[in-house]
Amino acid sequence: MTTTSISRLTRRTRRDWRGWAFVAPFMIVFAAMIIAPVVYALYLSVFRQQLIGGNEFVGLGNYVALLQDAKFWESLGRVALFLVVQVPIMLALSLVAALALDSARLHGAGFFRIALFLPYAVPGVVAALIWGFIYGDQFGLTASVNHLLGTALAPLTSQWVLGSIGNVVTWEFMGYNMLIFYASLRVIPGELYEAAEIDGAGAFRTVFSIKLPAIRGALVIATIFSIIGSFQLFNEPNLLKQLAPNAITSYFTPNMYAYNLSFAGQQFNYAATVAIVMGVVTAVIAYVVQLRGSRKELR
Amino acid sequence: MAALTDTTSRQADTAPARKAPSRAAARNRGGAAGGRRARKSPVLTIVMIVLVLYSLIPLIWLIVNATKSQPDLYSTFGLWFGKDFNLFQNIADTFTYRDGIFVQWLGNTLLYVVVGAGGATLLATVAGYGMAKFDFPGKRAVFAVVLGAIAVPGTALAVPTFLLFSQVGLTNTPWAVILPSLISPFGFYLIWTYTVEAVPTELLEAARMDGSGEFRTFFTISLRLLAPGIVTVALFAIVATWNNYFLPLIMLSDPTLYPLTVGLSQWSAQATGVGAQPIFNLVITGSLITIIPIVAAFLVLQRYWQSGLAAGSVKQ
Repeated sequence: MTTTSISRLTRRTRRDWRGWAFVAPFMIVFAAMIIAPVVYALYLSVFRQQLIGGNEFVGLGNYVALLQDAKFWESLGRVALFLVVQVPIMLALSLVAALALDSARLHGAGFFRIALFLPYAVPGVVAALIWGFIYGDQFGLTASVNHLLGTALAPLTSQWVLGSIGNVVTWEFMGYNMLIFYASLRVIPGELYEAAEIDGAGAFRTVFSIKLPAIRGALVIATIFSIIGSFQLFNEPNLLKQLAPNAITSYFTPNMYAYNLSFAGQQFNYAATVAIVMGVVTAVIAYVVQLRGSRKELR
Repeated sequence: MAALTDTTSRQADTAPARKAPSRAAARNRGGAAGGRRARKSPVLTIVMIVLVLYSLIPLIWLIVNATKSQPDLYSTFGLWFGKDFNLFQNIADTFTYRDGIFVQWLGNTLLYVVVGAGGATLLATVAGYGMAKFDFPGKRAVFAVVLGAIAVPGTALAVPTFLLFSQVGLTNTPWAVILPSLISPFGFYLIWTYTVEAVPTELLEAARMDGSGEFRTFFTISLRLLAPGIVTVALFAIVATWNNYFLPLIMLSDPTLYPLTVGLSQWSAQATGVGAQPIFNLVITGSLITIIPIVAAFLVLQRYWQSGLAAGSVKQ
């Protein structure tokens, strides 16, 4: 026993290059596919294509222009609103479902687990198409519901369309987040529950005092991924745009703005600027959430 | 990723003797919960039924409407079958419309998935293993750089990647879709954390004593121990490439290179745009055909990916 732990210690301290044989292929592709585009986008963002004179170095000119661009702020505000409303609702639903699965008080828990997860397997494009049909007034369920109940639901009007997109995203990712939460609930040591039981803690007390603190790491991760998803919103609005061309503008989300700038407007330098600013905004917010989440964990 | 190390150390504190991957622990816990014999709760069951209805109704809608003819789509109730059972006709039409372009899209999707997701799984597995079992110069830098990349979302990279690819003439080729799919930071992490628990260092040490090279050890011993983790990474990489839309949308202009997602959205645009050609029945049936392989893969491989995800997520 002593000899193995000593040899482990010496091995721990021995560094050599063997590990690179394993890591290098990943890192080479990583450099080409992640680092190179970021660097190229940074390069593009400090130039401007002029009608006369070609490519001109403008320093931070594109960034200054972007910060004064009302369309950009409108799209950023929209995804921020989306984030503040949709993410908490979705994560709360996922958490309730995960706690219910973990409570061992359900009939047919295995069925519920897989049924709630299924929408994750549906491509975002197909999810948006299905919901688009359901929202539609031609042969959608909305039309049937309005007809039956005499309501006037109109999910694709500019007033409701952001909520309708939120519903599609919630539908897609609720089960996925549920599984992340459920997986980390399952590894809480059983002794903690026994201790709580001895102390006479009820089900709700156990949830708030033991389960939620124990899965904080998973909650933080799910929140970060949801924030990233919100800021990068593209597929759903871009597809629903076909059905609601007046409610969804070409700058509905920052990503749609960048896309339309490059492919409809040929303004590649400006589009690269949007991509970089959004990457920075996302990274900063994700970092703050992670910092807050883990600081609480230390308390 | 301070949380990562935090949870690892906490795990070690509470269960020093636990060597097997956490799925074994999870199973024990399940047994313990069963041992407590909690009463079944009708209220919770009802809440879950509501959530299941929410999750499944759109899918049921898709299945029901894939059986309808174009006129029935307009004239009959959405959640019940139409006058004609048109499913097989719809499938045949989907596959033959415009000289079978759908078959071409299906083949393209398979190509992108096999090469892209397969390559991503291979790279992530080998690299994650290297991170877990070796100490090498620059390891911290690798950790920091890949970590940073997780915060830089894929879609933010898509436009710059397109611009870069158009400089080197890679746009509008299959490589434009495959190459960016080769990197999966999620897979890299999952395999890394999974290896720490699933592959005992003593075993590798023993193999070294026997004179086995590092790669031979990896392929003959470690790969087998990593199987559930690899299946998880592969499955999520497959979903990511199968469902990929933004990247192929901007990279490809030739319809014969489209994957299913972009093709379906083109059909849908064609059905709603100016001078619309209503082929909603084909869009709906095509959507159903698109999701069946992925749903089937998840159902068949359930046992593997649920345990793999459990082991990976507790570390995060």
